[in-house]
Amino acid sequence: MLMNVNGDHMVKKGKIVRVAGPVVQAKGIDASMYDVVRVGEEQLIGEVIKIVGNVSVIQVYEDTAGLKPGDPVVGTGMPLAVELGPGILKNIYDGIQRPLEVIAEESGTYIKRGAVAAPLDRKKKWTFKPLVKKGDKIRRGAIIGTVQETDLIEHRVLSPYDGTVKSIKEGSFTVEDEIGEIEHMGQKKALRLSHRWPVRRARPFVEKQPPNVLLTTGMRVIDTFFPIAKGGTTAIPGPFGSGKTVTQQSLAKWSDADVVVYVGCGERGNEMTEVLHEFPKLTDPRSGKPLLERTVLIANTSNMPVAAREASIYTGITLAEYYRDMGYSVALMADSTSRWAEALREIGGRLEEMPGEEGYPAYLARKLAEFYERSGRVETLSGKEGSVTIIGAVSPPGGDLSEPVSQNTLRVVKVFLALDASLAQRRHFPAINWLTSYSLYKDGLMEWFAKNVSEEFVQRRDEAMKLLQREAELQEIVQLVGPDALPDKEQLILIVTRMLREDFLQQNAFHEVDMYCTLEKADAMLANILEFYRQGLATLERGVEIKSIANANVVEEIGRMKYLEHVKDVKAIKERIAKELGNLSA
Amino acid sequence: MKEYTSISEIAGPLVFVEDVEGVAYGEIVEIELGNGERRKGQVLDISEKIAVVQVFGPTEGISTGSAVRFLGETMKIGVSEEMLGRVFSGLGVPIDNAPAPVAEERLDVNGLPINPASRAPPSDFIQTGISTIDGMNTLVRGQKLPLFSAAGLPHNKLAVQIARQAKVLGENEQFVVVFAAIGITHEEAHFFIRDFERTGALERAVLFLNLANDPSVERLITPRIALTTAEYLAFEKDMHVLVIMTDITNYAEALREVSAARNEVPGRRGYPGYMYTDLAMLYERAGRVQGKKGTLTQIPILTMPGDDKTHPIPDLTGYITEGQIVLSRDLYRKGIYPPVDPLPSLSRLMSSGIGPEKTREDHARLSDQLYAAYANGRDLRALSAVVGEGALSDTDRKYLHFADAFEKQFITQGYREDRSIERTLDIGWELLSILPERELKKVKKEFIEKYMKKAVEKEKKEAGKQ
Repeated sequence: MLMNVNGDHMVKKGKIVRVAGPVVQAKGIDASMYDVVRVGEEQLIGEVIKIVGNVSVIQVYEDTAGLKPGDPVVGTGMPLAVELGPGILKNIYDGIQRPLEVIAEESGTYIKRGAVAAPLDRKKKWTFKPLVKKGDKIRRGAIIGTVQETDLIEHRVLSPYDGTVKSIKEGSFTVEDEIGEIEHMGQKKALRLSHRWPVRRARPFVEKQPPNVLLTTGMRVIDTFFPIAKGGTTAIPGPFGSGKTVTQQSLAKWSDADVVVYVGCGERGNEMTEVLHEFPKLTDPRSGKPLLERTVLIANTSNMPVAAREASIYTGITLAEYYRDMGYSVALMADSTSRWAEALREIGGRLEEMPGEEGYPAYLARKLAEFYERSGRVETLSGKEGSVTIIGAVSPPGGDLSEPVSQNTLRVVKVFLALDASLAQRRHFPAINWLTSYSLYKDGLMEWFAKNVSEEFVQRRDEAMKLLQREAELQEIVQLVGPDALPDKEQLILIVTRMLREDFLQQNAFHEVDMYCTLEKADAMLANILEFYRQGLATLERGVEIKSIANANVVEEIGRMKYLEHVKDVKAIKERIAKELGNLSA
Repeated sequence: MKEYTSISEIAGPLVFVEDVEGVAYGEIVEIELGNGERRKGQVLDISEKIAVVQVFGPTEGISTGSAVRFLGETMKIGVSEEMLGRVFSGLGVPIDNAPAPVAEERLDVNGLPINPASRAPPSDFIQTGISTIDGMNTLVRGQKLPLFSAAGLPHNKLAVQIARQAKVLGENEQFVVVFAAIGITHEEAHFFIRDFERTGALERAVLFLNLANDPSVERLITPRIALTTAEYLAFEKDMHVLVIMTDITNYAEALREVSAARNEVPGRRGYPGYMYTDLAMLYERAGRVQGKKGTLTQIPILTMPGDDKTHPIPDLTGYITEGQIVLSRDLYRKGIYPPVDPLPSLSRLMSSGIGPEKTREDHARLSDQLYAAYANGRDLRALSAVVGEGALSDTDRKYLHFADAFEKQFITQGYREDRSIERTLDIGWELLSILPERELKKVKKEFIEKYMKKAVEKEKKEAGKQ
């Protein structure tokens, strides 16, 4: 079901009978579940979340102080929906798609209650180039024309209906202007640059595709050891201070998605500001254009109304699906899904629902699964390939993953990036624990790596991982007897794994070169470290002391290879490793 | 004004008033006792028939016959510049025997969320004169950086030292301090007031005191009043405001008490499920705003129950604030002041407040290297306790030595010692010279040349002088 921007609907008036925090009860509006209603004299936006007899229970997306029984409530007869059309990118919205920059212009520093502003600029004219002509028979979801939305993204206007094109215009239009007409089941319908879509309903597609294309992130530990597939799902749980937000922001910056939807859900205001101020200055390593050109932000910070926080996740995913339907690969960062779950809990508590585990509502698992299931690489209705990749941060209380949000998330996601406080404390960033994290996309991506990186890449990665696992075992022994008691061969493993940890896994998100690493460079770095291991073993065979190997000059060179800008310089180190270690003699 | 005498139930801090009309959610209520005493409260839940009122203060003496007046507005406080130098109760009533300042504006104590699009990213380095903070967990204007402490640790002393020393380099402007005491003892409050008086800081401070024997429900209001005042001074009067709130743990206890009285479904350890949102409503009021000169920086202090960082109070705080400064009992036992443990401490905004033109070009890398080296040294300390120092390699022994020296020279400093950032960084470089140069992978080679050698010489000279 699709609605026009100016969709007709019934208006039913009722009145408030009770107010308790963000939950308001009203009589007489005769609403359906999830209908949007306007509450009080200030017309605060709310949504019907429960119906008992003639009483509608409403969650209100703004502060409810000052509301009283008897105040008017108006039903709109429509579910909570977002406006889809050109002008979404580069914008910053709150949880219910109110443009925060427009609101700041109108009402200043603070978000005042009852602030209203259209999500898409009503005055801006877009140059529309049609791709269909009169008489064409088109399907719902077909691309009827294009608009250059930003320097990076061409906005593909989708038809909301099946039918025959009756007319189509070329030229400059606002999002509300009629750009043509279509005959749909015997009725003439207007075509526009924008339409609305209810946020709680997934947008349709033809079929899902297997996850066998890599989403390059530029982060070595992820791309190499825990790869994320386009259309896949990833969870990043970790205690505070373990670098969830820096990881999310790095992914938003450097992943090779066409469009990034960044949802700041119940998090810090300053973080959203940082993204807003930093992204226009950063350039996309592939296109050279500012990153903001492909980004939309949804900011419902921790102190903004909790009900809108609940909605922000759906607003975000709906925008993501919309760009997917145009044939783009979209990455959605949700920081943090725990705050969203807490919003569910808070509202559930106000409804006096029977709580499940730790006070969370019993439907938490279902809601989480439904959300992650809206990801995927798909064939769109217009026959293109698009994808939505979801990367969700989880903030487990006390860092304990046995809590319900972490557990229910892990049951649905395929990549688990475990952030580790002890790594963060020693400034090992990204603090992704290489022993507990996993990616279930590894197998599906084997071919992709062989074709796009190198034939040896997967083999090198597996060898490196084996060494790291061996290190963990050796460390237990070292804790008891000290490192010198180990045989030379095992001491060599400790030297090599320290390289893997410090010189490969660690990556400085604030270093001008190291912040983004291509897979080619990562492959060359791995090859160097493994070469050092092989040459080291051979050198030991010749009776050389382990100390001489540990003090070789190339060790420091390996330590600094991540800061090298050109891959050829990284590759050149390999020869010097062979030469120096080869020349060591007993 | 609507007055009722229809109280039907009194439970804990909650009073249920029947047959009310036209009462709004969040409205302030005045209850008059038989003896003429007045108590304030707020509407928590309002339906067609019943208003649930949360009383600020004890419910002692309230009976079903008490008169209840609904004042028709939410909790407000009159604010003005004249509040500087004054001492108020936890509800904003002057308690320094001087008349109430004339209000320039009356503001809702709950404030409104700052529009994320209106914020300006914090970027001005605040020099606190404390090495572990300036060097490794830098505070910037507009940040919220809590002190995670525990019973018996010198967090108040450190807070006072920060308030006294904090300045922005190149500016003469001092910070205005807004101090909110939340359920602390009289003795602790006295310590702050005395120190503020002695250093003359009181003239540029506003104090709000809710002491341990004041009603606990009032604790929910005190920080809100303080922050409303601070926002006014920062964003209307162009001042740089530092808000110190102590102790947030008492605030959370009061929140739990009220939640329990309301029969709400409890979350972790009995604290209400909305505690995260509630705390965020306080902490998120810090910041910098576009087009305004003033800033609001927060240093909330909390004592971790059982020294446990995973307890809901520090845990939820850490998820909202931009880092934390953690005080360590182990360091304090060793006689180290300030006992700031750099390893679990963190300032998220550090990278935006340091570097060339702000502090020094080598700052970020130096700090990373110090962290890594100290962390390694501490690990090796544990290891050498098991296997003995003899079983360690030469390099490892140097790390051990580094960790000890780091605690003695970098972490340790005097209560009145105000270190410049230059000095802090130089001490850091000097300590790194203990380690072999090839271990210093996190710093640029040119910085080793440029800064370490100089720092070592400087230190030698200083040592020579003494």
